[in-house]
Amino acid sequence: METEIKNESLVDEICAIPGGEGIKVCMQCGTCTASCPNADLMDHAPSELIAMIRAGMREEVLSSNAMWLCLSCYLCVVRCPRDIKITRLMHVLESLAAKSGLGSKRTTTPVIYKGFNTFIYNRGRISELWLMVRYYLQTNPFKAIKMLPVALGLLTHSRLALKMDKMSPEGIKQLKTIIDKAESSGGAL
Amino acid sequence: MKQYSYYPGCALSAEGFGRAFDWSTKAVNKLLDIEFKEIKDWNCCGSVPYDTLHELASFCICARNLALAEKMGGDVVAPCSSCYVFLSRTNTYLKQYPVLKSQVDEALAAGGLEYHGNVKVRKVLDVYVNDVGYDAIAAKVKKSLSGLKVACYYGCQEVRPIFGHDHPEYPKYMDKLVNALGAESVPFPMKSRCCGGSLIISEEAASLDLIKKLLDSAISNGADCMVTGCPLCQLNVDAYQTMVNSKYKTNYHLPVLFFTQLMGVAFGFEEKDLGLKTSIVPAEKVLAKYI
Amino acid sequence: MEPKIGVYICHCGSNIAGIVDVAKVAEYARSLPNVAVARDYKYMCSDPGQNLIKEDIKTLGLNRVVVASCSPRMHEPTFRRACQDAGLNQYLFEMANIREHCSWVHVDHEKATEKAKALVSAAVRRVYYQEPLESKEVAVNPCTLVIGGGVAGIQAALEIANSGHKVYLLEKEASIGGHMAMFDKTFPTLDCAACILTPKMTSVGQNGNIELLAYSELVEISGYIGNFKAKIKKKSRYIDAVKCTGCGRCSELCPTSLPNEFDCGLGKRKAIYIPSPYAVPNKAVIDGKNCRHLKGLAQGKDICRLCQTGIEKKGLPGCEAGAIDFEQKDETVEIEIGNIIVATGFQQFEPTKIYQFGYGRYDNVFTGLEFERLTNASGPTDGKVVLKDGSSPRSVAILHCIGSRDTNYHKYCSRVCCMYSLKFAHLLREKLPEAKVYQLYIDMRCAGSGYEEFYERLQEEGVNFVRGKAAEITNIAEKPEETGKLIVMVEDTLVRRKRRLPVDMVIMSCALEPRADTEQMARILSLSRKADGFFLEKHPKLDPVATTTDGIYIVGCCQSPKDIPDTVAQASAAAARVLAIISKGTVEIEAAIASIDEEHCAGCKICIDMCPYKAISFDEEKKVSRINEALCKGCGTCVAACPSGAIKGRHFTTEEIMAEIEGVLA
Repeated sequence: METEIKNESLVDEICAIPGGEGIKVCMQCGTCTASCPNADLMDHAPSELIAMIRAGMREEVLSSNAMWLCLSCYLCVVRCPRDIKITRLMHVLESLAAKSGLGSKRTTTPVIYKGFNTFIYNRGRISELWLMVRYYLQTNPFKAIKMLPVALGLLTHSRLALKMDKMSPEGIKQLKTIIDKAESSGGAL
Repeated sequence: MKQYSYYPGCALSAEGFGRAFDWSTKAVNKLLDIEFKEIKDWNCCGSVPYDTLHELASFCICARNLALAEKMGGDVVAPCSSCYVFLSRTNTYLKQYPVLKSQVDEALAAGGLEYHGNVKVRKVLDVYVNDVGYDAIAAKVKKSLSGLKVACYYGCQEVRPIFGHDHPEYPKYMDKLVNALGAESVPFPMKSRCCGGSLIISEEAASLDLIKKLLDSAISNGADCMVTGCPLCQLNVDAYQTMVNSKYKTNYHLPVLFFTQLMGVAFGFEEKDLGLKTSIVPAEKVLAKYI
Repeated sequence: MEPKIGVYICHCGSNIAGIVDVAKVAEYARSLPNVAVARDYKYMCSDPGQNLIKEDIKTLGLNRVVVASCSPRMHEPTFRRACQDAGLNQYLFEMANIREHCSWVHVDHEKATEKAKALVSAAVRRVYYQEPLESKEVAVNPCTLVIGGGVAGIQAALEIANSGHKVYLLEKEASIGGHMAMFDKTFPTLDCAACILTPKMTSVGQNGNIELLAYSELVEISGYIGNFKAKIKKKSRYIDAVKCTGCGRCSELCPTSLPNEFDCGLGKRKAIYIPSPYAVPNKAVIDGKNCRHLKGLAQGKDICRLCQTGIEKKGLPGCEAGAIDFEQKDETVEIEIGNIIVATGFQQFEPTKIYQFGYGRYDNVFTGLEFERLTNASGPTDGKVVLKDGSSPRSVAILHCIGSRDTNYHKYCSRVCCMYSLKFAHLLREKLPEAKVYQLYIDMRCAGSGYEEFYERLQEEGVNFVRGKAAEITNIAEKPEETGKLIVMVEDTLVRRKRRLPVDMVIMSCALEPRADTEQMARILSLSRKADGFFLEKHPKLDPVATTTDGIYIVGCCQSPKDIPDTVAQASAAAARVLAIISKGTVEIEAAIASIDEEHCAGCKICIDMCPYKAISFDEEKKVSRINEALCKGCGTCVAACPSGAIKGRHFTTEEIMAEIEGVLA
């Protein structure tokens, strides 16, 4: 069965986003994948992902787990012979995937990101302890039990605060205004 | 007196997990005649989560911090690697992409702010090495750390993707600083490899594997302890060592400190000024000779 | 006589006519003052097109011609000749560029047509003021200077010398041969490089028409095509080349051992040494920086003359020809030539820069040139492929594109690496049949006679081809079988999987890059360089061996990376160009140069220092400046600088330029 080339505009969509234009010049040398610490865990490693984007395989690309496993370590960016900003591409793909609802089902990273962002919007700063509590409650409460020794160690060594950090009320209001304005301009770049 | 505006970020804030970095940096600054003035009412830089799910807003909230810093004048120091990368790249992207700039300007204006692109973002190590200098630092050493073998762990975002400080894969400037304190920096091939920081919660197995590789490399090269300049790296390699040990049946007890804590020890500060007791893997034994 | 102007608008097929309304432009031209006829035609540069001009000159008595078509750099000579053939002085002709400056860069038809009209108007007004000028002819010196004694320089020198003309062959090193002399076998025929090169090297040494200036460098040149003067520094060998027989005994006696450059530092030589087993000239040379005696002299001591005196108690005599001369000094000579061929070659990219490959940190990571020396029977291991510890490798990885095709180092492709990597793989399969050979490539570039067939042959020989660029070489083992090995990390893009290849030896196919002294050479020779650092040719397709400096040619890898067949072809091409000029015997000097009105010259000498070509001298008797018409390039600097307005730029007078400006603005 032939896989027809579906959505050519995926390439255009990504190239229109700042930092995404590099995918046109990829020569498929594989340096990025070979340098990536997590490539073996990805269903489609970075070089393959770029090839799939260029073939217009929108659904497969956006439902991949690859970008959610990107550590943002930038080793690929340092070594890429065509100067492609691959890490940025991974962030862009995460964004598109989340928007299209195809955020990979095989990872809970989107959950923790959403939690992180909620803290920022409401308080301007994050609180690690409550972020983790919220995450475990939403995903796998039993895992929290396994993490208890680490959490207790952090608490007793003054590394985790029970108190939640936040900005002043005026500051939060200003921040919310700015964020709302940005989101209303379409949010996407 | 050298003055800089200061962006501690969530990790170095009063409730953050990296507050020892903040304490030790401020202690060391006293001796080096530097002042870090905290930006009033700074907001979280957003890091990867915000950039991923709210791209445009992520540039805007970083620009807010830069706008506030611009009012204070001078360079802004952002100790956390991730904050540093996101604030810096905001500057670059605003210069390179005019459409983005106009959207960010609009959002800032809605909040009553303006940013003109005049703030340079720095890291603590960069400030110490380039603005103070190794000789000035060596001159302040009260207790030489000679005999101490240190693995200098830069982490993946100390020298990339913002280039220009040092080699993007095998930098040396933290090693030189540690040597200036009298200690010996050991060869450490994994010095700028990722600790798995951003994914330690959601992809724990992958991150533990990376942490193990770091510990292997440091210890096999004879390190007594590790120093780093990134709060997330410190948290990962320090707090998760016990989990690495139970997963891989290893017996690692490598203390992981902030380089400013090591500087503080060499400068003669006491433990409580430097937050040494906040480390999960205790550093007492290794530093006993010097404190 | 009143100017009678003929205007010709070219369609250039659809290149111009596709955007510009040529009929309208011709109609407009007809309305301009002094225009006797205006035509438009499909291809003005063709025979019928040129005939239009010639006929009109004859029948209508035209005394000025304007052609609105392509860039003058394309066809100014064509139309000038057409005018000259019809009896009209070629300087009474002007071109309006309505292609490169108009139809090729604009998309709006209306605006482009208006612009074309403005350009034609400018040319018509200008040509009104143009004067007839005569070009001069100067004689050509039949001697030639070839800079660089690699295969390119050798080929060019032999071609010219065999036609009976004198050639000076200048070589920086103590022996000619260049990089090719270092190679083992050459692709795809697997001819031994030394076997095919040494006969040519010997011919050079024996050819009566070639004066070989080895161990010498170019210091300065002056002059112009047909009449160059070159200053050359002959570095002192501390050996009397006439007396030296090349026996090599001095080398055996010398106590100082150093890494051998010819072996890329893998082997040793002495401070006094014969450059290579097939050196031409086959004479010894002393490395002044490392010779104990010469270093001692600098401190006022007289030590170690073993090469001269020998070791008596061992019964070993010193140089019997008495050729060693520690007093020898550098010598500067001046030669006169008519043409110069630059054949300075390339240097290999230094992979220490790429930290993650571990060159210089790990043992057994080699560059391509180093491997050539390892497999070469005349090399430091007598042709045996061995590791640093002397054992044979059981597995080897060959990495393509090191420093090439990489924005971090060199963007370009070095063209020959795919082929020489295949050659390496073949040599390894031949010498170590039990060893596993991996070849890591991004693309296989095998365009050449017999090249693709060579690739297929290597596939048949059982080389493991892995499509992926190596990302890193590590020695941190993750599995027991990786212990003690160099592990190459790569993505096999064809199976889409990360692979770790544990090998004993790594060979890096490094880029060919411009030599470090290219900047200096470019300055001395007034040559331009491309963005990638190689010398700039006159036209990449139609004139790859000429440069914008008449009389100076570039051949071989100094122009761009290439293989031996192309290098030899370019060398022969440049030789042919030089011989053509020599055989013609004279060159035409451009007439559009500056001229000084001596009555108005105040003798202030400002123009003399301003001239970039050193073409102006001062007449001490008359106290006026004088222009050397052969050296002047007509750049106009002195014209603009002269405070008394005494210097005129022929064919670029103030009236002509102002008329052109007025025409555009009209």
